[in-house]
Amino acid sequence: MSQDALVVLSQVEKRFGALVVLRDISFSVARGKTVCIIGPSGSGKSTLLRCVNALVPVSSGSIVIDGIKVNDPALDKIALRRKVGMVFQQYNLFPHRTALQNVMMAPIHVLKQDRHEVEERARRLLAKVGLADKERAYPGELSGGQQQRVAIARSLAMNPLVMLFDEVTAALDPETKKEVLITIRELAEDGMTCMIVTHEMGFAREVADHVYFTEKGVIVEHGPPRELLLNPREERTRAFLNQVL
Amino acid sequence: MTTLPVLLVPRPLPQRRAGELPKGLFGGGLLAAVLAAFMISILAADARAAIGNAASSDVLPILLKWSPLVLHGFLFNLLVSVLSMAIGTALGLWLGLGRVSHFPWLRRAASTVIQFFRNAPWLVLLFYCMFLLPFSITLPFATVPLPDTAKAVIGLSLPVMANVAEIVRGGVQSIPMEQWESGEALAFSRSQILWMVILPQCLRRMIPPWMNLYAILTMSTPLISVVGIQDSMTLARAALVAEGRTDLFIPMYLMLLSWFFLYCYPIARWTTALERRFQVRI
Amino acid sequence: MEGIADFFRWLADARGLNFSIFYDALDRSRFLEGLWTTVKLSVICTLLSLAIGIVGAWLQGARFAPARQLVQGYVQFFRNTPPLVQLFFFYFAVGNQLPHVLDEHGMLVPPISNVGWAILSLSLFAGAFNVEIFRAGIEAVPRAMVEAAESLGYSRLGVFWHVLLPLSFRISLPALNNNLVNLVKTTTLAYAIAVPELLYAAAQIWSEVLNVREMMNVLLVTYVALVAVLVLMMGRWERALRIPGYNP
Repeated sequence: MSQDALVVLSQVEKRFGALVVLRDISFSVARGKTVCIIGPSGSGKSTLLRCVNALVPVSSGSIVIDGIKVNDPALDKIALRRKVGMVFQQYNLFPHRTALQNVMMAPIHVLKQDRHEVEERARRLLAKVGLADKERAYPGELSGGQQQRVAIARSLAMNPLVMLFDEVTAALDPETKKEVLITIRELAEDGMTCMIVTHEMGFAREVADHVYFTEKGVIVEHGPPRELLLNPREERTRAFLNQVL
Repeated sequence: MTTLPVLLVPRPLPQRRAGELPKGLFGGGLLAAVLAAFMISILAADARAAIGNAASSDVLPILLKWSPLVLHGFLFNLLVSVLSMAIGTALGLWLGLGRVSHFPWLRRAASTVIQFFRNAPWLVLLFYCMFLLPFSITLPFATVPLPDTAKAVIGLSLPVMANVAEIVRGGVQSIPMEQWESGEALAFSRSQILWMVILPQCLRRMIPPWMNLYAILTMSTPLISVVGIQDSMTLARAALVAEGRTDLFIPMYLMLLSWFFLYCYPIARWTTALERRFQVRI
Repeated sequence: MEGIADFFRWLADARGLNFSIFYDALDRSRFLEGLWTTVKLSVICTLLSLAIGIVGAWLQGARFAPARQLVQGYVQFFRNTPPLVQLFFFYFAVGNQLPHVLDEHGMLVPPISNVGWAILSLSLFAGAFNVEIFRAGIEAVPRAMVEAAESLGYSRLGVFWHVLLPLSFRISLPALNNNLVNLVKTTTLAYAIAVPELLYAAAQIWSEVLNVREMMNVLLVTYVALVAVLVLMMGRWERALRIPGYNP
């Protein structure tokens, strides 16, 4: 494990009753690096992200993020959530609040920060994702891509160290996918540590420093994107990529 | 608009969450809980009577002594509910058809009547009928007496009529336009389409809200005791007055509540089950 | 005003249609006080039943199973028993068991008046429906949104208060309004325990002045109008609170 590893997973296992969803997951993500997790549906990718963010407790193993033990039963969830941001596939935004209010809510309610500072920061974040003119729009008035970008801005408002993306473009149509992927890429290039679950292989190749292929809850293969995506070693990886590409 | 939905569409009430106890168990559990609460209150009354040196623990025997009489009243409540439901449904069906009629004047008239009887409190309608309906109706061939009970039944059937009309309207309007259009394409007249195509399909959807209405009606029948008709409430109070013991009040009323619960709760569960079954078919 | 009073006096004398509340000050004041009591009862019971609904909906999501079952038991019991019998149960049965207290005149009176019991009973009755209504609204909020809120650091209570409740309130507003209208109609039950609401006031008037027919009609029209006004206001409120871009 390198010294500046921000996220360290060690032999993580997750069972739902008798069903084993994740088995012996061990890897680390260094600060500033971007990691993509690919694989067929049901391979446990989403569960993995949810374990990292303590939305779902692990059955065994350990996850450490910047010194915080996520699998600790006495975990301070708010301290963790300050460091980890997550964007989901859909239904991220709160429909009864405007885009700007969505971005402002958590720092005000959870972090108890000053309202004016938060508003300034929220405006800058919305401008950063290219939606400065949509401050007063409600989520129902925004396109899918715009909603996802506001969701990214909202997570960034908490100043996280790590951002998790759970198939955020899967529910979007092709035109709007692009704007979201560009936003994520800019984020990664700016130095944010990212863990991205995605089906977009082209995007993975562009943006990832390291790619993990999971199937049935196990990491089958991993490596730099050029190696894994162009020249996979394992048969299963090859089969999956043939299907997808 | 948006390419990504912002909220799910709410499913209609009532709902059982995943992870609740299985149906029979929970239904049985709740009934058992109610009966348990009832028994506990009797035992508590017993205990207090025993402590107060009253004629030993005799709350349960006293209740049993009076229950045939109160049961008689309860069955009368049910009779009233059945009669009102029958009359209200018959009237409401026609009113509802008027509500979805082709003729605008008929629609407006029906709508006004429905709104009126849905807005008025049931007790006020009951008072109205009790006081203002004549004692007998003179028809060309005979004079029909209108006893108090008949007036009460009519009084309760009026809001039922209005609600049935709304259920009919809801049912008819929930059938997609394509059904009407295919009927027209086959050269059926409007009323033929209504009776042969639309209404048979509506019937299924209308049953759960109709059953729900019946349960509401049954729980409104004690109102007749307020306008002077003898039912389970008046008989229960008469029994309590006859016994003259205040420690009997809670057990007696709980007993009456339990009877209504035992009658209405299974109806409610059956309604839920039917609702779920009919929803899947569409 | 005087013109109206004169007209109705004439109507009573010439045509025998005695609408005494329009020309007799005492009757009018009794009628209006009854109306005001009905309004007050409705408002207080609405607020209380809303609070009960919110607390009940929160407890129904609790991890502690007995809490959930208790709420279910409460809801099913109050939804499947007659409200009039509930009212009598509280006023006569429970009220009788409570020890009497001394009031300001030094007399022994029951601690909770008939108005108090009416408020309690009707609020519990309407509250049971509200619990179910809020629950249905909460279930329309997608799990992902709850997870998104949790990821932002909201506690369970925070998620409930800032996300679930505001959203389910807006989603359930039509059903809540329906319940409110029913509550206004149900206040007439308080007549049976001598609460001086509108029906009771009207009954007092017609038993003295012997103008049953006229008072019944006035009563009916008043209630229908009251409910109609309420429905209109609720419609406005629904439109104001609508979530832009959400059309179920």
